[in-house]
Amino acid sequence: MLRFTVRRLAQTFFVLIALSIITFVIFNVIPNGDPALRLAGRTPNPAVVQQIREDFGFNDPLPTQYANLMEKTFKGELESYSNGTNVREELLRGLPNTASLVIGAAIIWVVLGVLFGILAAKYAGRIPDRLITIIGIVGISLPVFWVGALLLYYLTFKVSLFPPGGYTPLTEDPVQWLYHMILPWTTLSILFIGFYSRLLRSNILDTVNEDYVRTARAKGLSERRITTRHVLRNALIPIVTLFGLDFGAAFGGGAILTESIFNLQGVGQYAADSIGTLDLPPILGTVLYGAFFIVLLSALVDIAYAFLDPRIRLSG
Amino acid sequence: MAEALLTVEDLRVGFETDDGRVQAVDGVSFELREGEVLAIVGESGSGKSVTAQTIMGLTRSPNAAFEGRIGFEGEDLLNASQEQLRRVRGNEIAMIFQDPMTSLHPVYKLGWQIAEQIQAHEQVSKADARERATELLRRVGIPSPESRIDNYPHEFSGGMRQRAMIAMALANSPRILIADEPTTALDVTIQAQIISLIGDLRSELGSVILITHDLGVVAEIADRVLVMYGGMVVEQGTLEELFYNPQHPYTWGLLGSLARVDGVKPRRLPSIAGAPPSLIAPPKGCRFRTRCPHEFDRCAELPPLAARAGGTQIDRCWLSPQEKAAKRAVEGRIGLEATA
Repeated sequence: MLRFTVRRLAQTFFVLIALSIITFVIFNVIPNGDPALRLAGRTPNPAVVQQIREDFGFNDPLPTQYANLMEKTFKGELESYSNGTNVREELLRGLPNTASLVIGAAIIWVVLGVLFGILAAKYAGRIPDRLITIIGIVGISLPVFWVGALLLYYLTFKVSLFPPGGYTPLTEDPVQWLYHMILPWTTLSILFIGFYSRLLRSNILDTVNEDYVRTARAKGLSERRITTRHVLRNALIPIVTLFGLDFGAAFGGGAILTESIFNLQGVGQYAADSIGTLDLPPILGTVLYGAFFIVLLSALVDIAYAFLDPRIRLSG
Repeated sequence: MAEALLTVEDLRVGFETDDGRVQAVDGVSFELREGEVLAIVGESGSGKSVTAQTIMGLTRSPNAAFEGRIGFEGEDLLNASQEQLRRVRGNEIAMIFQDPMTSLHPVYKLGWQIAEQIQAHEQVSKADARERATELLRRVGIPSPESRIDNYPHEFSGGMRQRAMIAMALANSPRILIADEPTTALDVTIQAQIISLIGDLRSELGSVILITHDLGVVAEIADRVLVMYGGMVVEQGTLEELFYNPQHPYTWGLLGSLARVDGVKPRRLPSIAGAPPSLIAPPKGCRFRTRCPHEFDRCAELPPLAARAGGTQIDRCWLSPQEKAAKRAVEGRIGLEATA
């Protein structure tokens, strides 16, 4: 367990370094990426551009620039090129917004995904299964931006049932917080509910044919106990993996579309805005932040696996 | 004669499939007496496992159709409610399966699984159940059961797992043990150990239904033998009757394909030519006639299961015992390549 943790931490470190290099390189090879031209305004004076290059260190060799950036990153002094805001502060400001969205939506999608998956498997081939399958496929197929836009159009613009986006901190006004979160939660979870219920349904239907389930029945256990202790116990294991990775990705800023549509000012939206203005420091910051969560969650998934399935041992 | 503990009367089990209805069991009747070991023998697809699992209600599914009666302690198990069945399963009739690798739940400790069996039918504390589980493991010959009880199935060898399955089956002192090919998935040396374990435990096991295609296993522990072919019983009798005076040509074939260490050694081990019949469209008349070298015109009509050879033996072949004896003497074994 200790060896596993140490090894995973070392891996995480290398993943983050590699990602930062890739981000830096991409930024320097894309066309129109020169931040000096961008900062100098619409019709720049070459002397001004040169001055900006000097000030920001864009004339240094790339490895030096990279080293400087990373030093600032680790000291928490990374600042946006375009407006000078501190990247770490911006990330911390967006974090509660993203957390509200992702944690709330995750609860909804896990509960409903698992519930629908169980129902669909229980009534496999019959009407409830068909309905859930349709809902699932629709949920999977609909693009998030379209669902979000549709909800906003009908429930906000047409009937004014919900606010047109924005975020109210939970600590400030819990009711307003909830009121603002309902549509984003719905939008984000619809996709995952479809995936989770489909996956769980097929896992359950595979598991009920296992020999050990027949053994459980031959032991004279109640159907309820067979379902919960013998079937679901195993059918849910892959769901745990999927959830860990999805949650990590969304928490790490992957819910870009949902955050942007509902103007939640979270980490994802921050990333999207930074990419829009080709602002390297915040892009680097959000990439590292997101990667950290994904790597962290996948390590947690591996640990959870070892607990859920005794045949799996964590090897150092 | 001991009285019947379990009676199966004219059991028919059919499954609807995309290709049509598979009549897996087609009119099987037999009884299991107190304290005996009844072997049901046949090839894959002969309906022996379906018969055994139907007794436990394990073949119930929306695609399955059942007819007949399975009488046990005044109840008809074939039409019993789920709750009635649940009380019988594991408690009165226990079952062990072919593949001990997959029949135990992979994520629970063995002690837990055995304790679960005990607590499914008896009100006992966790600690007592655990103690009894340890004792059961000891009885089936698992060394240092106090520590092994906290092992997971994957930490056991195949033979040990089958021992654990037997321990679990014994947990509630059932009156009947159904062993569905208990040795098929095991190494030959382990097979012998498991069979001798079942033999040793006979006094505790009550009656045993042993499903197998291995006549060596049958000779070892069975009292009576039921030979199934194509979903039907083709011959039934005591172990001696069947081994020394087999009546049905299919039984001859089975016995002929047995490797023997005594007597004439064939150059090549004989086998029964052809494949088991389709159970969707079985041959008219005798099911075995498509593979039987002694087929004659009367075989187009299905022979009834009747006593022809005397004793308790019944069989499904039109030939008279004298004709059979003559044909066996001339031809030795059916489907037999020339013996060296």
